[in-house]
Amino acid sequence: MRTVDQTTQEILDLASKHFNVPAGTLAPDDDFFKKLGIDSLQTLELLSRIENHFGIELPDYEVQGVSDFRTLASRIQSRL
Amino acid sequence: MLDLAKYPSIGAALKDALQAFAGEVCLMEADREREKERLTYREFALRGHPLARTLQDAGFAAGDRAAIVMTNQSKWLISAYAIFFRGGVLVPLDYKLTPDEQWQLLAHSGASVLVTEYPIWRQLVASAGRAAATNLKSIYVTEVPANAELSGAQRWESALEATTEPTFVPRTRKEVATIVYSSGTGGRPKGCMMLHENYLEQCVALTSLYPFAPGFRYLSILPTNHAIDFMVGFFGPFICGAAVVHLRTLRPEFVREAFVKYKVTYVSLVPLVLKNLQKGLQARFDALTPGKRRVFNLLVALNKALTKSQPRLGLSRRLLGQVHAAFGGELRAIIVGGAFTEPQTLQFFYDLGIPVANGYGLTEAGTAITVNDLHPFRADTVGKPLPGMEVRIVDAGADGIGEIYVRSKTVMSGYLNEPELTAETIVDGWLKTGDLGRFDSTGHLQLFGRKKNMIVTEEGKNIYPEDIEAVFDSLPVKEFCVFAANYIWPQRSMVGEQLVLVIHLEPGLVFTEELRKNISFLNGRLLNYKRIHGIVVFDEDFPRTASLKIKRNVLAERLGGLDREKVILSL
Repeated sequence: MRTVDQTTQEILDLASKHFNVPAGTLAPDDDFFKKLGIDSLQTLELLSRIENHFGIELPDYEVQGVSDFRTLASRIQSRL
Repeated sequence: MLDLAKYPSIGAALKDALQAFAGEVCLMEADREREKERLTYREFALRGHPLARTLQDAGFAAGDRAAIVMTNQSKWLISAYAIFFRGGVLVPLDYKLTPDEQWQLLAHSGASVLVTEYPIWRQLVASAGRAAATNLKSIYVTEVPANAELSGAQRWESALEATTEPTFVPRTRKEVATIVYSSGTGGRPKGCMMLHENYLEQCVALTSLYPFAPGFRYLSILPTNHAIDFMVGFFGPFICGAAVVHLRTLRPEFVREAFVKYKVTYVSLVPLVLKNLQKGLQARFDALTPGKRRVFNLLVALNKALTKSQPRLGLSRRLLGQVHAAFGGELRAIIVGGAFTEPQTLQFFYDLGIPVANGYGLTEAGTAITVNDLHPFRADTVGKPLPGMEVRIVDAGADGIGEIYVRSKTVMSGYLNEPELTAETIVDGWLKTGDLGRFDSTGHLQLFGRKKNMIVTEEGKNIYPEDIEAVFDSLPVKEFCVFAANYIWPQRSMVGEQLVLVIHLEPGLVFTEELRKNISFLNGRLLNYKRIHGIVVFDEDFPRTASLKIKRNVLAERLGGLDREKVILSL
């Protein structure tokens, strides 16, 4: 079982890869809309990638209003 | 299609539609690749009527208000039908608002009934805002897990157990059908009181251009609380016997799949999603080998030439079969709304033989004011006024551009509890839109920015500066105000709209990096589409009224004298 910190780190890695950002430039408390300059649709794309990685399904409502990696990680952690 | 001229209300028309098209499929609902539900009109009635009975037994009567806060799904429409059946006033709320905002609007609307789904209810319960909604008597929550805490609500599914037939409550055309919030989660909620007549008239006008029929399938993606989806994703298809497809997730890959799986006839999108589709298609075209690309370009050019005066769907589907197959092969038009769409995006799809029904409208006017009639398609305009819509340009300058006024049976009766605001907005029967436009020589309307202090995002969200100011209350400045940048510095443009924060520092202080960070932090508390994009430091006292309210228009005029490029500091 992963810890929240591990989950968070894996999400940061996935986001860096998906949006072509150098590894290590993203932090758990970063606002991903702002930091990555992405819109809500691109967030959904990232979410699909995260779901595939963790092998879970995350309903859209779970990420409603979420804008930082840490909160996103906690939502995913609860479904692992 | 039912003859709507004969009907006095939404409820009466829907009730007859359920009988007239009893054997047709009206709803399909899928969660990812799994279809969860498929209902005929007869089966829809078998759920709607017991729910109406439960409402009746709970004392819900003519003119009572009932709110729905739900994602797009079959239970949204079944609940709305039951509310109309009982002569109620529907209050459709945006499920994307925060729980506090939802409670605020629930309180403002005076709703006595709330229909919602469990994940939303869980968040609503956790919010302190509940105390404000004192009118609320009955709460029905869908999909509550077996042992979950209901917190004073009832299970929606249990409400379908009523066995006695409900009593239909008639309404007249001039009575209020819905209260739709066009904005106002901040200080001044704008609840548009829409009459039954507004919907009946709008539906006739829209379906004259974009008809529905049994077998047609509308993919519902825009939130159903939005005026467009309510009309073309519920009322319009239902009175024509067509079907509505709901998806429980809006991930792009599942939306793409749904087009093919359900052979979608129409879909409504906001510009952001349309642009995303364009990007995806363009990437696929760019990946073609040079030879295939040449052939493809030739076919597009041919299609363009052959559809210059009007769409020819059959021909386009043959010429560009693969593109159309990706959309299911039955798509008649993409309806785009909620915000301004750039002409090049519209043209991109039209050239592929996929007409985009773009238009211009606002909730207050009853959805659409103008729509592109495609004869010919004009990407550089928002189309001609719909039948029954009088549109004039007021105070036009030498360039013909002025404020757009509208008069029609589709215009709302007013804002709930806001007689002054209503009187300012509707003058002698004409709705002042606050938008700037001009008619070209062929009667097509072109838009040129706004006169009002607000922005509309590409996701179709209306943002009023007043609604977001509270988040900056703790700033250590003498005074501040948020503006739409284009309101201060008119751009004659509908794209790239942004909000700016204007601050007036305490005497003797200067703008510091620390303050910038503070503003940035507070800005981050706002939902991403509500955030400001820049800061303006202003050295003078803000002009104020006797009651000390900021005179926004006067302040905007003063700021307008400054050089936009120089004074807006980035965050």
